[in-house]
Amino acid sequence: MRIALFLTCLVDAVVPAAGRATVEVLERLGHEVVFPPGQTCCGQMHVNTGYPAEALPLVRRHVETFEPYEVVVAPSGSCVGSVRHQHAALARAAGDAELAARAAAVAARTYELSELLVDVLGLTDVGASYPHRVTYHPTCHSLRLLRVGDRPLRLLRAVRGLDLVELPGAEECCGFGGTFAVKNADTSTAMLADKMRAVLDTRAEVCAAGDSSCLLHIGGGLSRLRTGVRTVHLAEILASREGVA
Amino acid sequence: MSTFLGLPRAVDTSQLRGRPFPEAARAAVADPQLRRNLGDATATIRAKRARVVGEVPDWESLRAAGAAIKDHTLANLDSLLLQLEAAVTARGGTVHWARDSAEANRIVTELVRATGADEVVKVKSMATQEIGLNEALEAAGIAAWETDLAELIVQLGHDKPSHILVPAIHRNRAEIREIFLREMGAVGLPAPADLTDSPPALAEAARRHLRQKFLSARVAISGANFAVAATGTLSVVESEGNGRMCLTLPPTLITVMGIEKLVPTWQDLEVFLQLLPRSSTGERMNPYTSMWSGAVEGQDFHLVLLDNGRTAVLGDPSGRSALRCIRCSACLNVCPVYERTGGHAYGSVYPGPIGAVLSPQLTGPELNATLPYASSLCGACYDVCPVAIDIPTMLVHLRAQVPHPAPERAVMRAAAYAMGSPRRWAATRSASRAGRLLGGRRGRIRSLPPPLSGWTASRDLPVPPAEGFRDWWTRTHGSPPPATPPPAAGGDGAGAA
Ligand code: SF4
Repeated sequence: MRIALFLTCLVDAVVPAAGRATVEVLERLGHEVVFPPGQTCCGQMHVNTGYPAEALPLVRRHVETFEPYEVVVAPSGSCVGSVRHQHAALARAAGDAELAARAAAVAARTYELSELLVDVLGLTDVGASYPHRVTYHPTCHSLRLLRVGDRPLRLLRAVRGLDLVELPGAEECCGFGGTFAVKNADTSTAMLADKMRAVLDTRAEVCAAGDSSCLLHIGGGLSRLRTGVRTVHLAEILASREGVA
Repeated sequence: MSTFLGLPRAVDTSQLRGRPFPEAARAAVADPQLRRNLGDATATIRAKRARVVGEVPDWESLRAAGAAIKDHTLANLDSLLLQLEAAVTARGGTVHWARDSAEANRIVTELVRATGADEVVKVKSMATQEIGLNEALEAAGIAAWETDLAELIVQLGHDKPSHILVPAIHRNRAEIREIFLREMGAVGLPAPADLTDSPPALAEAARRHLRQKFLSARVAISGANFAVAATGTLSVVESEGNGRMCLTLPPTLITVMGIEKLVPTWQDLEVFLQLLPRSSTGERMNPYTSMWSGAVEGQDFHLVLLDNGRTAVLGDPSGRSALRCIRCSACLNVCPVYERTGGHAYGSVYPGPIGAVLSPQLTGPELNATLPYASSLCGACYDVCPVAIDIPTMLVHLRAQVPHPAPERAVMRAAAYAMGSPRRWAATRSASRAGRLLGGRRGRIRSLPPPLSGWTASRDLPVPPAEGFRDWWTRTHGSPPPATPPPAAGGDGAGAA
């Protein structure tokens, strides 16, 4: 299958490993990945911070860039959530019914990585090997906007050597929330502290998630406390062949 | 089209706004006792709610029905309110209309004065808190006694409620015992000197103190959970029985009700009497449901219908559904922000997620500009709301209406410009890799200038890697990427890299 990669601006700018891993998993499974070079950002940060007018051109660019593709994947529940729940609504609110219809069509073909693997490609075992103790933070937007349910866990359970440990209070927000982490830094930090305690309680070596933004937040806190626990994107685990000859 | 649209907001904002949220939250977050009290209480009630909601197989249909009834009511509010007025009047009650809190307070004060009473007993009510009725009555020389246990604790503690349903949620038992011992004697029957902090002992002290008030008061003031337009029936739902004492003992009853509390018919109530107790206290059925239509023999009944900004909310199609709210407080109990900050940080009688959308709409968003940002948009509030108010989407809608700080606006515009073309975006990413120079030990950025210092106060940031994604893609896949699928090269083409 020919799959267009929607990289997301954060992965592009800060954590390209999640993007590389997404490409590697899909190519290993025999699919052709294309990277539409016109993409920049889905506009979520602007919408969520209260700048819909600034976001609208980004939405138009996103729609134009991904319109030619049958299937689009992003290693981010949050950005797929934005495409699905904000793009058409934003265009409609701006009075552009045509763009709204095109945005809805692109959204219907856009998947978060675990959705693509499980629902579209019908897989739970992607042939990965990752001999580590891992706990999984489901992230609010994957959980509540996309309802990905246990798809990521099913994928992880099929990874060779991986010891999956349950995260207490998994469904609670880590306190990232985009600009919330900066505008309400004290509250965000208090939420992060509880999330980190839960991660440390699991004694996992690795905290995984399907959203680089939440991982950046949790990982930033764990690093500051020098806990030694690593944060790793789901895609990187699925791409891993650690220990396979 | 039968809805009032675009009426000017007439509202006294004193009970609906306070300090900016981040500032008020900072103090709350730093109080470990408060954090513990809130964390324990919300966790308990969250679990209870989840259990009893899980028992109802058609919860989602009930929820949809609740939302639909409220939307229908809001779309026909003008005619339904007139119907309510006619029905209440026909049954011997008197209906008063109040545009704002000043008008409502004046009406109630005059009604109490006309009876010659200088004290009233109160049933817990959000509407009277919203208008600051107790303070207005006190200014007129009338003492208003709260009879709900938690409200009593708040009142005696000279405090403000911090939760819609459990106003004293921020207090623990030891604190409550102290308040009772210190304050009860000054305003009525004192607490027994040997009072312990066991819940039955505290409840008994409150009960004895309140009994005196019930028996002497000649006027009661209540809110209303629901009003039935067709029959003129008012309803109060509560769990201690104090409400029923107030509603039946004093010869004069004054009810202050927000105009959105209406439902069209008696049958509509059955939906809400299932949704409300499970969502709020985690009970299958609430212990006391009182209903009355107009005045009963020997009793004088007045209904004050309060606007106070509600018609302005009704005028915004994207904000209107906030008026579906039945004040169950389920959204507070699941909100991770509320759990850390408590209700006082919201500076309004409506705290938590619903407060973050309702208060700015009632006052006008510019007067409560920080509240729409008092959320990480995690979506837990929407999931539990029994009338399916999409609070996260509404928060985002309100964020677009509040005034933005100039530096933030500049950054957002610059980012939008850079993201407006792939060429400009690629250029900023090269610049961001120059941010590698900021990197401290172990490839981590540990300190950034304001406003990003909010992030680095407690979190590191990874240094952008030397090879960005696009460089990697060009190196491994060539450039530009294929615009059309490459011709079939025989074989399965797996592992295209
Ligand atoms: S918004 Fe919904 S959950 Fe929150 S108090 Fe109102 S009805 Fe309850």
